[in-house]
Formats: sequence, C-alpha cells, structure tokens
Amino acid sequence: MRTLRFLLRKEFLQIRRDPAIMRMLVAMPLVQLLLLGNAATFQIRSSRMYVVDEDNSPASRGLVTRLAASGRFEIADASPSMALANRALLHRDVSSIVHVPPRFERDLVRDGVVPVQLVFNAEDGAAAGILRTYATRIIAAYAAELTDEMHPSLASATGAPVRGAARIDARARGWFNPELNYQAYMVPGILVLLVTMVATALGSMNIVREKELGTLEQLNVTPVTRAEFIASKLIPFWVIGLAVLAFGLTIARLAFAIPMRGSLALVFLAAAVYLLVALGIGLWISTIVETQQQAMFVTFAINMVYMLMSGLFTPILSMPVWAQWIAQLSPVKHFIVLMRAVLVKGAGFSAVLVPLAVLAVYAAVVLTLAVRQYSKRTA
Amino acid sequence: MSAMRGFVVKEFHHILRDRQTLLILLLLPLAQVLLFGFALRTDIEGVRLVVVDPRPDASTLELRSRFAAGGLFRIVGVEATPAALAPRFQAGRADQAVVFEPGFGEKLAHEGRAQVMIITDATDPNTGSAMQAYASAVVQRYEQEIAARGGRQGVRIVPEARMRFNPTLESVNLFVPGLIALVLTIVSALMSAISLSREKERGTLEVLLVSPLRPWEIIAGKVLPYLALGFANVLTVLGAAWFVFRVPFRGSVLLLLGESLLFIVTCLSLGVVIAAVTSSQRTAMIGALMGLMMPTTVLGGMIFPIASMPAWLQPVTNVVPGKWFILISRGIMLKGVGLAELWQETLILAVMMAVLLVAAVKAFRIRLG
Repeated sequence: MRTLRFLLRKEFLQIRRDPAIMRMLVAMPLVQLLLLGNAATFQIRSSRMYVVDEDNSPASRGLVTRLAASGRFEIADASPSMALANRALLHRDVSSIVHVPPRFERDLVRDGVVPVQLVFNAEDGAAAGILRTYATRIIAAYAAELTDEMHPSLASATGAPVRGAARIDARARGWFNPELNYQAYMVPGILVLLVTMVATALGSMNIVREKELGTLEQLNVTPVTRAEFIASKLIPFWVIGLAVLAFGLTIARLAFAIPMRGSLALVFLAAAVYLLVALGIGLWISTIVETQQQAMFVTFAINMVYMLMSGLFTPILSMPVWAQWIAQLSPVKHFIVLMRAVLVKGAGFSAVLVPLAVLAVYAAVVLTLAVRQYSKRTA
Repeated sequence: MSAMRGFVVKEFHHILRDRQTLLILLLLPLAQVLLFGFALRTDIEGVRLVVVDPRPDASTLELRSRFAAGGLFRIVGVEATPAALAPRFQAGRADQAVVFEPGFGEKLAHEGRAQVMIITDATDPNTGSAMQAYASAVVQRYEQEIAARGGRQGVRIVPEARMRFNPTLESVNLFVPGLIALVLTIVSALMSAISLSREKERGTLEVLLVSPLRPWEIIAGKVLPYLALGFANVLTVLGAAWFVFRVPFRGSVLLLLGESLLFIVTCLSLGVVIAAVTSSQRTAMIGALMGLMMPTTVLGGMIFPIASMPAWLQPVTNVVPGKWFILISRGIMLKGVGLAELWQETLILAVMMAVLLVAAVKAFRIRLG
C-alpha cells in the first residue's frame, strides 16, 4: 500500500507538471459537449423549396400556402419551369421542389384523387427523409381539410376530418421523451463518448510513453508489483475521468436541462465501474504496443468503433447482425444504455442490473489482461 | 535543394523501416471504411412490438396481423392490460406498443370510430419518430381499407416523392463519402502530428532546426512522404467505395482524386499545426484525436444534416475541413457535377490549406527565435 502511495504521488505530480494536457482534458470535452449537443438533431426548422405550380388554381395555391405556413418550408423561388427548378436543386440553392401538375384542381373535384410531385435533394439523404415526412404530413392534412369543404357529409359529428366511414383514432405517445427532445438523448451519449475517448487515449499512451522514454526499465528493477504498477497508472486517470464526467453532467443539466429522473449515485457507481473498463482497455493497449504512435492508431481504431457502433448516431437495430454483435461487445453501448435508462427513464438499480453486471465483468477481465500482459522483463 | 532531398529521403526511410506501423497506416483506413460502411444503416426493421388487447375480436386480430406482416414489426408479447408495459420498456425489452381500447371491433362497427394508442420508446427521438410514423401508417392503411370496403372515401392528394441523386436513399451512398472524409482527416492529421512531435520529444527536432533547412522545407519534407501514404489511402478507400459498396461515380474520377489530394494536404497541414502548438506526442495525439473525431463526425454533415442545426451553429461547421470534402465527394459521386459547380468548395479547401501551411511555418519560426 505504501509503494502504491508513492507511485500515485509520482503520477499525480507528472500530471500536474503538464498543465497543457490538463487544460485539454477539461476544456475539450466541455466545449465539444456544448457545441455538439446542439448539433445532433434530426429536426429541420426551415428549408428552401422551389414551387412549380402548373395549375395556379385556388386549390394549388392553397397547397403551397399550407407548405409555407408550416414553417418547415420557405418558398425560395417559383416558376412554371421544371428545368429551372432542377437547376436550383443541382446547385443546392433549394433542397426540395414541389410540382403541382396542370388540371390539379379539376382532377381533384372530378376524380377525388390527384398526384403531387415532390423532389428532394437526396445527396443529404437524412435531410431528404425528414423533409419528405414533413411534406407528406402537411399534404395529408390539406387533403383532409379539402374533404371537409367538399364533402361535408363525410365529416364526423365532432367536425374532425374523416377519410372514410369508419375512423380509427390512433393516438401516438412517445414515452420517456414525449417532446422528442434530441438533447435529452444525445447529450448524455456524447458526454460518455468524450469521457471514454479521454480515458482510452490517456491509458493507452501512458505505459508505452515510459517504455519509449526508457523510464519503464527503472520502474521494472524496483520491487513494485505488477498489480501495484497498473493500479498506480489507473487511479489518477480514474479520478480525472470521474471529475470530467461530473463536470459534464453539471453542464448537461444547466445548459441543456437534461432530465435526471433516476438516482445520480447510481450513475456514478456505474461510471466508476465503466471508467475501469475504458482505462483498462487503454492500459492493455499500452502494454502491448511498442511506440506511442502505434498506441494512438489502435486507440483511434477502437474509438471509431465506440463512436460509430454504440447506437448513438445510427440505431443498432438497423445494423447487420454481425455488426449488432460488435455493438453488444462495446462497453460504451452498455454504459450509454444504462445512463439513459437512469437519467431519462428513471430506472432503478434492478432495472439496470444487466448492463451494470456486464460492465463489472468487463472491468475484471480487462484489468486482469492488462496486469498479465505487463511483463517486468523487457524482451 | 540537395539538403531538402536528403531530408525527404530520411523521412521516407523512417516510414519504410517501421513495417508494422506502415502496415497499420495502409490497412487501417481501408478496414474502417469497410467495417463502418457495412455497419452504418438508418433503415429500421425488427421493431419489438407489444400488443395490449384486453378483449380480442376479429378487428383487433386483423390489425395485429397487419403489424406482424411485412417484417418491420416483430410482436414480442400480447398483454391484457397496459400496466405490464412500463417494466418492459424500462428494461429495454420492447420498442413499441399498440394498445387497443376494450371492445375495439364492436365500437368500430357500430359507432364508426374506435381508439388505438401507439406507445413508442422515444428515448431515441430519431428511431422513435420513425417507428411512430411506420405504426401510424399501418393503422391508416387498415382504416383506408375499411373505408374502401364501405365505398366511402374523401379527397386524396397522393404525394409522389422523388429522391434525386440517391433514389432509394441507399445508406451506403449517404455514409461512405462521409466516412472517407472522417477517416482521411484523422489518419492524415495524426500521421503528420506524430512525426513532428516525436522529433520534438526526442530532441532531434533541434538538430533539424539548426540545420540549413528552412522551416518551410522541414515542413514540406515532413508532409511529402505522408502525402504519398495519404494518397495510397485515398486510392484504397475510393476503391472500396467503388468495388465493394458500388457507390456511383457519376462525375470525373480524376477530379475526385485531385480534390482528395487537396483535402489530405489540408489535413496533413492541420496535423503539423497541432504538433507545432503542443509540447509532447501525447498532447499532440490526444489533441488531434479528440479535437477532430467527434467534431468531424457531428459537424461535418456526415450523419446529422447541417440544415437541422441551430442558426448560430451552422457557420461554425464551416471550419470543419471534412464538411467541404463531403460536399465535394457527394457532388462528384452522386450528382456527377464538375468544377463548374464545386469551385466554391474547392476554393475554401485551398484557402484552408494555405492558411494552415502558413500557420505551421510561422509556428516553427517562433520556436527558432
């Protein structure tokens, strides 16, 4: 224990003497949390639309008015020429085109069914998908409005628009996040990723740095045991990691008003276990590689898996089965699930037992591997 | 100039001698583009659905079978009361629930209206709203079916949506250009940042600084070998995009290669600047990795549309080099446009490159003084 205390003192001194890295460790996650927490949404407030109205009737103008009035579409330009509209789309002057065919109103009255063409710039497919949902919804509402006007007999007793005789009243409820607030979802996840990145990078660069500088050999000839050595490398960054997380959660609460329905003690208990995993993986890398350069590229590769396959940016459900397995293996995924469950859904200890147990097993395995891998003999 | 040549040769030797690292540098970008190119998808299937049906009848069974058909939904449980839902959702064993009111079929037949509630786990608002839309569409189609049976239908405006440049919204076409930009940014910046900061840490940079080489020559000598390596990476990842993912290359391949070259020089210069302002390899690498990975992913427009960001944040995305390369590569690959349409993006990248190179040279002059 005494040895460990001295080793820890050395590590903390080393960290204190490199103020640049401390500044970076605190400032970067926080600045990024503030910026990225605002960026990660899939709701488009306003986008530019080109109108090609070949009918120019009250009905077609009504349709365009509804689109503009929704606030989702800003009518950037209008002309009867589809060629001009396509040009604007190609140059990214507009992101969508609405094309009302000639005789729109006449067909609407005569046949009751009429097509409207919507063209989106699917170069940015996510945006195109969102805009299509908005436009489809607005057009359906307009059709219902017209039904009311033209066939009052079909209107229900309450005056609500109906599509047919029998009406199924489908009510949608989004549980845990009824306003579909993206920040409640993204901010905890981004915070976890940032803390993980810091932890993995610090861990992986640490031992190999002493290897490169030659100071590891000096430590190897001392009576320090392997476990003590790994513990001395682990504990300082573990403390820093928890501090960054606490700081990040405060920002998440103050700047983004993230709900905190469950117990914060539970979050930190899980974080304490989780950081052992993240740092342990970093330290394990550090014992395997020969140079800091290699350590960095391995860290980069692992962090890319963490970032892109933990279900934060694209749903795990959509991934091919083998990728879902990789996602299941990622400790980040389990911690994000746990954080979200506790903060957003208010889950208690028993509800998050599974991810917590998974993290504990990971921590045990990874730390054992790191201690085993670290050999006091240099080859 | 011969000093310069000798320096470049030395750098090449450095790279070629460390076979292990060289292999990592050549294979890592390709491996990542392949891995994530397959893994990143946004289409949803296999939604775990719980049905709450207090009094099953012909109509509820019919609507349930509509949900079960099509493969989008997987019914994982049928309950009699909504009380059973909360624990299932909290433990993450269900994504969505359809709750019928008691006597659903009877009410539908006699009163002409019946209620069904669709509960979605909206913790992930994106998946949540998509699932909500899919489930509502199933109910709506069923409703229209009943209406058609009764022969009473109102006015319908049928929107025909065309997805120009990517008609099927192929996930691969959306993610692969972004992935290429992300991987090239980080690998290029890390490579040059490491090579410089290592010399700094080992003290060999001092030797270089007192040599007759001028700062810009040192930087050029550092960047050139990695430019070759970076370009090899461009060829492998674009090859993967073409042969493996079948991303269309509608525009000029030559232009795309030229733009890629411009882009990697920009990122390499960024790495040099990072190395110049940091004092150790560790700081440089953590700075490069942390400073570039999440911002390029989130602010570059690879996953989240820039149009969906708040107005104050949208100009901030302009400093992300990856954003411009994504616009360029999507433009060439998917839209088939040329320099006539992409000159602005190209110019911005070129200006970025110039600024970064000047900053890098300046940062080294300061150290000399």
